[in-house]
Amino acid sequence: MDLLDDTPTPAGNSPEYTVSELSGAVKRVIEGEFGLVRVRGEVGRVSRPASGHLYFDLKDDRSVIAAISWKGQVAKMQVRPEEGMEVIATGRMTTFPGQSKYQLIVEDVAPAGAGALMAMLEKRRAALQAEGLFDAGRKQALPYLPRVIGVVTSPSGAVIRDILHRLRDRFPCQVLIWPVAVQGKDCAPQVAAAIRGFNALEPGGAVPRPDVLIVARGGGSLEDLWGFNEEVVVRAAADSRIPLISAVGHETDTTLIDHAADRRAPTPTAAAEMAVPVRLELLAAVDALGARLSRALAQGVALRGQRLRDLARALPRLETLLATPAQRLDAATGRLAGGLSLAVSRKRAVFARQAGRLSSTTLVGLVVRRREALARRAEALEARLARRRDLWHGQFDKWASRLAPSLARLITQAGGKITGQRAVLQGVSARLEAAPVQRLTDLSRRLEALDRTRQTLGYAQTLRRGYAVVRGDGDVVTSRAAAEKAQALEVEFHDGRLALGGPAGKSAPRKGGGAKPPEQGSLF
Amino acid sequence: MTDKPAEKPVEGMSFEEAMAALEQVVGQLERGDVALDASIALYERGAKLKAHCEARLKEAEEKVDLIRAAEGRAIGTTPVEGM
Repeated sequence: MDLLDDTPTPAGNSPEYTVSELSGAVKRVIEGEFGLVRVRGEVGRVSRPASGHLYFDLKDDRSVIAAISWKGQVAKMQVRPEEGMEVIATGRMTTFPGQSKYQLIVEDVAPAGAGALMAMLEKRRAALQAEGLFDAGRKQALPYLPRVIGVVTSPSGAVIRDILHRLRDRFPCQVLIWPVAVQGKDCAPQVAAAIRGFNALEPGGAVPRPDVLIVARGGGSLEDLWGFNEEVVVRAAADSRIPLISAVGHETDTTLIDHAADRRAPTPTAAAEMAVPVRLELLAAVDALGARLSRALAQGVALRGQRLRDLARALPRLETLLATPAQRLDAATGRLAGGLSLAVSRKRAVFARQAGRLSSTTLVGLVVRRREALARRAEALEARLARRRDLWHGQFDKWASRLAPSLARLITQAGGKITGQRAVLQGVSARLEAAPVQRLTDLSRRLEALDRTRQTLGYAQTLRRGYAVVRGDGDVVTSRAAAEKAQALEVEFHDGRLALGGPAGKSAPRKGGGAKPPEQGSLF
Repeated sequence: MTDKPAEKPVEGMSFEEAMAALEQVVGQLERGDVALDASIALYERGAKLKAHCEARLKEAEEKVDLIRAAEGRAIGTTPVEGM
């Protein structure tokens, strides 16, 4: 401690800065010291706002440097920094005094070695493959004989010459070249646009739509071919509805467009060979087929002719076929006349023999014999009948003698039973006769008593006391109004009825006598 | 004529279709199992197919054009000579 004799002079001779002055000084130092640097590091977070500038971090295991590429610089870059990419960035250091930051302005980015680029390519390939862009199911078959071939390549250079040369050799046809840059930053967008442009052509339009596309480029470094690894190109190739052949680089180079193409050709020349068949070979094949066609027809006719001749030879002659039957006919004809007369005389002899046996005596004899037989059988029948009758008689008598005693016994039993029943019947009928007589007498007596009561209560007795019953048209009249309405009136006294006016004579006998209307009780 | 080819008009066939049809016709005739009348009809069809194929092969002619493009669309062509 005692070494520190001279204590620091406070604010001695050190100059005093403003913040901006210091920031400016730092900026000058840094820009002067790091005017052009190359930095190797891994790309960290990348962002690209609408301004078009690209902001990203460069880092290693311990430090981070903020990096910026301005819009114009980004456009010129062949490889865009992507997160995780190992790169060598070329640029200059500067500061951003507003935030007390220092940063690297990146002019260009190169992948740090082929390994890094390959790793990135593999990553992209895996992603696109996962999307299904390389699926075998997407591959289209090439047309057998295209009329128009679209070639996406540089119009200058050996590639297009090779393709045209080989096409000319094999099958001259119409070729449409869509000129594109085949390397550099313009390559990918131009190739993608060309593929999509060919696909946009309508069949039958002013520019004919190709039947097949070839995307070609000569060999080069991985960086040279990089445009054909870009996603836009791969997607355009995968989307192409026109079958597409890729022929990029040499056989050993594989770019991502090769995976998306329908066919991959190792060289541009090979692509031309895939695109068209050999015209002369086809002509020869057609000729050969034509020759076979003619030969086949001629042979078919010749074979048939031969077969016809063979069959004709095998056919027997007509005379041979007819000889035997003709001979048989002749023989038969000769025997026909003799045969007929012989047959007639033979039949006649048989007839004569039969007729000779047939006469009246034989017939009579036959009848007599039959009659005798008949008589014999009648006698026999009678005898059998008599015998059978006697047999049945005896049987019957036997049954009758057995039947009589039991019958007598049954009759006696039944007689006893009848006598008993008759006595019972007599008792019952005596009782039956007495009962109703008694009852009848009782009822007569009650009737007389009731009648007497009736007479005392009936209106007939009342009539004797000077009352009368008035009837109008046969019904009892109880009011003056009813009496006025009636056509005829009838007055009943105790000793008879008197009609007043109208045809009373009719009603009197009808309603007179012992008729006693039930309503009369209510009259009094 | 059991497996007779679909009678597509020859004029509308692509080269490949016509070739295949011609091969089939020749095959049928060569097998010789076709009735005579039918084989003559087949022969005529075969001759027509052959003529169609030959015409397509003989019309082959080289023509090379460069696309003139604007905004990703082909707007015309320029003939190319001497390549």
